[in-house]
Amino acid sequence: MTLSVTDLAITRGGIPVLEGLSFALEPGKALILRGPNGIGKTTLLRTLAGLQPPLSGQVNGAEDRIAYAAHSDGIKPTLTVAENLAFWASVFGTKSTQPALDAFDLGDLSGRPAGQLSAGQKRRLGLARILVTARPIWMLDEPTVSLDRSAVQMFADAVRGHLGQGGSALIATHIDLGLDGEVLDVGPYKARPKAIDDFDGAFL
Amino acid sequence: MTIAAKANALWEYANPRKFLAASERALPFFWTSAGLCLFVGLIWGFFLTPDDYKQGSTVKIIYLHVPAALMAINCWLMMLVTSLVWLVRRHHVSALAARAAAPVGIVMTLVALATGAIWGQPMWGTWWAWDPRLTSFLILFLFYLGYVALWEAIEDPDTAADLTSVLCLVGSVFAILSRYAVNFWNQGLHQGASVLRAGAITGTDTDEKVSNIFFYPLLLCIIGFVLLFVALVLYRTGTEIRARRIRTLLARERVGG
Amino acid sequence: MIALLLRDLKLAFRAGGGFGLGLAFFLIVTVLVPFSVGPQSSLLSTIAPGVLWLGALLACLLSLDRLLALDWEDGSLDLLATSPLPLEAAVTIKALAHWLTTGLPLVLAAPVLGVLLHLPAQGYVWLFLSLLIGTPAMSVIGTFGAALTVGLKRGGLLLSLLVLPLYVPTLIFGAEVARRGATGMDVQTPLLMLAGITAATIALLPFASAAVLRINLR
Repeated sequence: MTLSVTDLAITRGGIPVLEGLSFALEPGKALILRGPNGIGKTTLLRTLAGLQPPLSGQVNGAEDRIAYAAHSDGIKPTLTVAENLAFWASVFGTKSTQPALDAFDLGDLSGRPAGQLSAGQKRRLGLARILVTARPIWMLDEPTVSLDRSAVQMFADAVRGHLGQGGSALIATHIDLGLDGEVLDVGPYKARPKAIDDFDGAFL
Repeated sequence: MTIAAKANALWEYANPRKFLAASERALPFFWTSAGLCLFVGLIWGFFLTPDDYKQGSTVKIIYLHVPAALMAINCWLMMLVTSLVWLVRRHHVSALAARAAAPVGIVMTLVALATGAIWGQPMWGTWWAWDPRLTSFLILFLFYLGYVALWEAIEDPDTAADLTSVLCLVGSVFAILSRYAVNFWNQGLHQGASVLRAGAITGTDTDEKVSNIFFYPLLLCIIGFVLLFVALVLYRTGTEIRARRIRTLLARERVGG
Repeated sequence: MIALLLRDLKLAFRAGGGFGLGLAFFLIVTVLVPFSVGPQSSLLSTIAPGVLWLGALLACLLSLDRLLALDWEDGSLDLLATSPLPLEAAVTIKALAHWLTTGLPLVLAAPVLGVLLHLPAQGYVWLFLSLLIGTPAMSVIGTFGAALTVGLKRGGLLLSLLVLPLYVPTLIFGAEVARRGATGMDVQTPLLMLAGITAATIALLPFASAAVLRINLR
């Protein structure tokens, strides 16, 4: 099923940031979000993930199909790597965490408390969590932060594998991952403030 | 005019600009009539009614105590209604009216508590008793404090409106529960709410009645307090709307609009 | 759902999880009471049910600000909100975990602390029972308060201000049961009211908590 976004407008802190945004994300495809800092990429991803309502416009095909990963990974420092992953696996109803551990080379670390991991290792654990959700649409917000080159390669392989199985991914990143995905620059969709005299019920 | 059209006409005032224009026209009327009612009612009540045979001149604090207590409760009710309107129809004016009313409610509660203490001291021989009515008002005061504190604590105005509205709904249920709990916990000294009983108005009720001679100035004071409350809330809502507008303009300037 | 409960319990029992802090607080408050009101056993036995209820309530309050704040900070709440688990279920489980790690130990400890305050012998059963019935409501109401203040930097004090008035009915009926029990009076009415409030809060308040949490996650 295709994720389709029609004429979407989103707000951050009550101020519109993007408007008139339309695109479609088909199974097997990746879409790379680009745009300057503060343009609203994170807000867009949060809106699509259903964490906040859009100002206007429609999002179809997102309900219960999105695996969302943001800057913070929801990792509990006192739980081990395996326990962290097993928790999310059972929340999403996935049986095995082994493929996810393997994909991000976490097998040797699985007994270690997550609090002792380095930033890059934590990030890998956070990305492994996406795999155990078994959801078709990945929404990733700057997924490669603090990853080294080989870890970036692991991640790119994981995304490729996901796309190969008919999944899709929407990734906000500035790194070239070597994916054959389209690039969507959200810069041109920056919301233009309405004229001042248009002071209506919404104060916008 | 059909009912639907009338309802639409009412919702038009949910537009901040229309609300401001209408309230600015209505405010002088509310200020003057509130002032007039209170002036006449209080003079009449304080100086032109006889002292009570039992309570002496102390009884005259009733002209402040009863209206303030009524408004303290009705203010919360008004906040409940406006909170519901905000949650259901998302009219910003409604949420801002609830916010504007809360401090007025706090003051009314404090006035009711303070005048009650001043009245209670010569009557019961104590400034404060853990009487159910007094205790309920103290609890109401705590609810008001929490409500206002939550408004103040949250930066995003829409989030604040949503959260305080839910708090107001949940708080209302717990406030009623507390009222019953407190009643159960201690049967008190306070006389029943005798003002608006039919017997009190007709004068046939001989038990703890507020007789006619006290009743008419009291009624005038109650009307005065209602008008004063409406004026204060309209005025403060206007201020909140303007503050909100400034905020929005500043925020827009920041993002380079 | 079980996974979330098990995770929360694990987190509470591991180092730094804060298990036992509430219990220690309860003990200290109870010990401080005779220092402040004097050691006369007749006075202590009169106030024992109320003091123990208040102590349990404050100990419960103490741990509320960690209830959702940690999950908020590390992003778990965002991820839970996008998971198949309904947020209503998540907050209910969180409240249950809070009760198991904070409320239940308080209930079990209260009779022991009752000895320190010369609680009359007939009062132990009722103190235990009233706390057992009343503390779940405190956890559920506390979760609502925690959900309201979860996004705030210094929400702790505000949380107390919001939650304490909501605790009033539970405290009144709960302490009433304990007090009447201690003096050998009939406890049926307050006990039923206490149980009713607990049942109603458990049934209804999670919806409000989840709604509030969704608003805060936006």
